[in-house]
Formats: sequence, C-alpha cells, structure tokens
Amino acid sequence: MRKIHLAAFTACALAAGAAQAQIKIALIQELSGAGATAGTNFKNGAELAIKEINAAGGILGNQIQASVNDTQSNPGVAKGLATKAVDDGVFAVFGPTFSGSMIVSMAETRRAEVPNFTGAEAAAITQQNNPYVFRTSFTQTTSMPKVARYIANNLKAKNVAVIYVNNDFGKGGRDAFNKAAAEAGLKVVADISTESGQVDFSAPVLKAKQSNADAVFVYSNEEESARALRELRKQGWSKPIVGETTLTGQKVIDLAGEAANGALAHVGLTVDAPSPTMRAFRAKFEKQYKYVSDHNGIKGYTSIYMLKAGIEKAGKLDRVAVAKALHGLHISAAKEPGVILDVTIDNNGDLDRESYIIEVKGGKQEVKEVLPPLAKK
Amino acid sequence: MTDFLQLFFSGLATGGIYALAALGFTLLWQASGTINFAQGEFVMLPAFMMLAFLTMGLPLWAGFIITCAVAVVVLGWGFKRGIADPLLRFGMMPIVVATIGLAIAMRNGVRAGYSAEAHSFPSLFADKLFNIAGVTITLADVGTLVAALILVVGTQAFLAKTVTGRAMQAVAQNTDSATVLGINVPRMIFYTFAINALLACAAALLVTPAYLAKFDMGEPLGMKAFFAAIIGGFNNSRGALLGGLIVGVCENLASAYISPAYKDAVALVIFMLVILFKPQGLLGKAVERKV
Repeated sequence: MRKIHLAAFTACALAAGAAQAQIKIALIQELSGAGATAGTNFKNGAELAIKEINAAGGILGNQIQASVNDTQSNPGVAKGLATKAVDDGVFAVFGPTFSGSMIVSMAETRRAEVPNFTGAEAAAITQQNNPYVFRTSFTQTTSMPKVARYIANNLKAKNVAVIYVNNDFGKGGRDAFNKAAAEAGLKVVADISTESGQVDFSAPVLKAKQSNADAVFVYSNEEESARALRELRKQGWSKPIVGETTLTGQKVIDLAGEAANGALAHVGLTVDAPSPTMRAFRAKFEKQYKYVSDHNGIKGYTSIYMLKAGIEKAGKLDRVAVAKALHGLHISAAKEPGVILDVTIDNNGDLDRESYIIEVKGGKQEVKEVLPPLAKK
Repeated sequence: MTDFLQLFFSGLATGGIYALAALGFTLLWQASGTINFAQGEFVMLPAFMMLAFLTMGLPLWAGFIITCAVAVVVLGWGFKRGIADPLLRFGMMPIVVATIGLAIAMRNGVRAGYSAEAHSFPSLFADKLFNIAGVTITLADVGTLVAALILVVGTQAFLAKTVTGRAMQAVAQNTDSATVLGINVPRMIFYTFAINALLACAAALLVTPAYLAKFDMGEPLGMKAFFAAIIGGFNNSRGALLGGLIVGVCENLASAYISPAYKDAVALVIFMLVILFKPQGLLGKAVERKV
C-alpha cells in the first residue's frame, strides 16, 4: 500500500518536472551605480553562456531561464533581491559582484540552500564555512602565492622589497604576499607602507633601492601605482617590478605612460590568454556585444558552465547534491569548453586554475608567461 | 649623501607646488582679511575645466587661457560677491565655515558631475630626466619649481612696484585712508580675488600632471598650503614660498628617515613649533590686530 503511494507520488513529481523542464536562475548584478561596468560584463557573459547551453539542448534536457536583477551597487538592494530570488524558488543565484553586497546577500542563499556563484573577491566570503558559495575568480589569498612563486622561481629573486598602500586593500594584499613569500623562500627585505593618495614616491622608492632587493612588489590603487611606476623609472630602477592585476591595468598604463613599460603583473583572468578556448570566447563575446569582454565577462560566462558541470556530475536537479558535487570538482576545458580554462573548486568554494603574468610593452598588455595552478606547483 | 640630495630635490618640487597654493592664502589675507579654506578646490576646479577643454579638442594653451578667464569670473568675482562680501562684515568665522562648505560642495559637485576617477593630465614639460652626480631630476620637477618661483616673485613685484599693486596694499593696510586717498577700494579688492583665481589656474596647470585630475586632489593640497602659509608668515608672499619649500622637503626627509606613517604629521609639527615660538611666521611681520 505504502509502496504504491510512493510510486504514484514519484510519478507525479517526475511528470511535473518534465512539463516544467526548465532551470530558473537569478542574475543579481550591479547594473547601475559604481559597479555598473563589472556587473554588466558579468551579466553579458552569463547570458551568452545561457544562450549557448539552451541552444545545445540545455542541462540534462532542461532549459535555463534567467531573471536579471539590478542591485544598483547597493548592498541593501542586493540582499532584498537575493531574498526575492530565493522566494521565487530559483535553482542558483549568480552575483552580486561587489564584496560588500555579496557578504550580506549570501546569508539569504545559504539559508535556502541555493548555490550562489560570485565574482566578488574579498577573502572573507569563502571563510564562513558556507557550503553554497562558489567563486568565479581568484582572491588575494589565492593569487599571492602565485606571485611569490613567480618572483622566487621564474625571476630567480632571493629577496624582494614590498611597497604597499596602507588601507584595507593594501594591507590585506601585503599580509597575504608576505606570508606567501616566506613559503616560497623569498625574503622581504623592505616593507614599505605608503599612504592612499600619496603624490611623492621618492622616499619609498629610495628605500626600496637601498634595500638592494632583487625585485620590487608594488601593491596599491591605480593612481598611486602609476606614481610609483613613474618614480621607479625616474630613480633608474632596473630590476623587475611585479604587481597584481591593478599594476598593469589599462588605467595605470594611461596614467603612468612611458614608465609603465616593463612592469609585470599577475592576472587571474584575461581575454588575451593564449588558449584556443579563450580566443573562442573572446570572439563570441565581441560578436554578440560589439566590445571586448573584461575579466568579469569571463567570470559570468564560466560560472554558468560551472553550474552545468555541477548538475551533470550530480545527475539530478537537486541543489544540495549539486553544491556537494561542485566541491572538489575538477572541470577540464577539454571536456567542457565553456569553463575556458581547467578549473578545480576546493571545499570552501575557492578556485584553482592557471593564470598569467602580463608585461606592459609599448603601452600594451602582453601575456608573458602562463603560471600553472597552485596545486600543480 | 646622494640619497639625501635626491629626497631634497624631490621635496623642493613638491614644495614649489605647496608654495603656489600658499601664495593664494597670503594674498587674500593681506588684501581682504579672508581665509579661503577652499583654496585646494580652487586649484582642482580649473584642472577639470582644462581637462574638459582638452577633451573638446582644444590645445592646452587655449584651454588654459579660457580657463583663466572663466576662473576670474567664477572663482574671483563670483567668490567675492557670493561669499566674501556678504559674510566678511560678520567677522572671520562665517567666512571660514562658508569656505569649508564651499570646498565640500565643489568636491562632490565634480565627483557627481564628472567622475570619481583620476584622469591623466598632459604635462607642460617634456618627459626628460637629468642625472646630476647620481641625483635624478625630471624636467617637470625643475620646471614646476622655476615656474612657482617666478609666479611668487612676480606677484610680489607687482604688489610692491606697480601703482595698482601699491594701491592694493594700501587698501589692505587701511581701508579708510585708502578711500580718502581716492583709491577705488572695491575694485582693488576684486583685483586680489582675480589674482588669486589666476594663481590657482597656474597651480592647476603645474600640479595636475603629478596629482592627476581627481575630485579630491585639492584636499591635501589646500591643507599643506595652509600650513605652509602659516609657517612662512601669513602676511608675507615670500613667506609662502619659504613655507612651501620647508614643508615639501621636510616631509620627504621624514618619510625616508623616520617613517612614512609620519609623513603627514611633519607639516603639523613644524606648524606647531612656529606657532609656539614665532607666531607671525618665519618671514612674517608682527602687526597690530586689524579691526
């Protein structure tokens, strides 16, 4: 008797599922306000992936149906939108990209056990034992070990001078770097703090020179990075200048001019990456939207394919099972070209994959080297 | 020793920038008894004006000339009529508060209307480096310092040597006697405000390549210039120059030999020492309190 009930119930559920045959997801992004560029790129990337997947028959035969929501770059709005998405019974949430918004909105998706992919990069997001949060990019704590290893192994430096900006961003990066440097056998011989908004970098650069370091690591915001580069050139610094993403960003190159040439930086995602899947993505994105995607576009695109890989691994549309399947999952770009680069998701939702060293040459960014994933060494 | 000289010369260039802004403080004070706490923003606004003209396709010099004209009207005449004239008769405090408010309004106005991002600004000087006995100096450093010197000395000469300049000084020293002597007092005071606006434009032209055009670029500049003016002597234009250079050089030396964290405290420490031991400033003359 009981068995019949159960069978009937399962049949009904299956029938309902088949009739629906769609996966509802919510894109919660910064489409206006300060984060508009980042959010719009993420959204465009994600929508491109959804279009492709649906055209190819969906995930396990289910079409993806996305609702697009604007956080206005406001954490309060983002939290409200996350609550609404959860109430609507979405299968997964993508965003927001601002760390401040993500930190408040992820509580909602966690409570409802909804997988939440984000482009936010604050270290704290994956340090809360939230089993439903997944990153789409590196963070300070995952990229600094790569930078330190690059300086120690590829540049053959024994010691390094660190010039950092004394704010949350700079201190977080400097702490992560110094820790990673110690692990890579790299000695920090000068630890030079600078102020946010500092104009004259003659003293910090002089200190770096006096330390006789084999390389200098510059970690600051855009304007200060540009000023530091100018001063390094002025004082005739001839050893490697290494940084993280910002240092070779277009804005810094514009501001620093000539002085930016030769600067190196570690970049997690770039459309210039020398891989056929990245080239294909770049072309598709440009064809669709008539401009070149930034790293947030890549994040949006790959996040949808990460969900697809997770659902296919779990083999069913079950949020908890998918979240479980995603942890520890290695997705190879050969099998799933949509993830663009081979990626491994760890148990906190952090990513490991290859990344790039960019060099500024003649005012242009050029990929100089490909760094293997951290786990590979 | 080379290190010291490197810091010293870099500091001189920064100091020249402070001196230009400080000159505006002393000028307004001498001529009209006004303290303008929006001085830094008076430099920021012309920078953005020039930037706007540049994006419209005008060459830098044309943009600069138009900006000067606009600045004389807006930052000179407008400031005098809108804020200084109505408030000055109520004493110093209302002016101080009003100019602080003006500074906030200008900063946020530019942030909301233009953008919060930093914009690069073309330099007047070619991107050239000189290496003299191990000390590297850029052409921009030398150019900024020389231009600042010429402007300060020129302003001083204008005040001391020309009839108009002397009339302006007469107004500053004793408004009533000046009126009796047939000097057009309101016009002289307007001249001071106009010169202040022009100096701000010149400062903008010199500092923006290094500071980058940003809505909050005037904040540190205005504060340092204020300290520099007090240190040098609030009633002496040459004092502004000396104060600016002292602040620029000491900051640089302190950040290298003491700690970068104390860089900004240096100007304050010198400021306090001067106030304690020579309240009229290093080059200032002790004057009877003006009523």
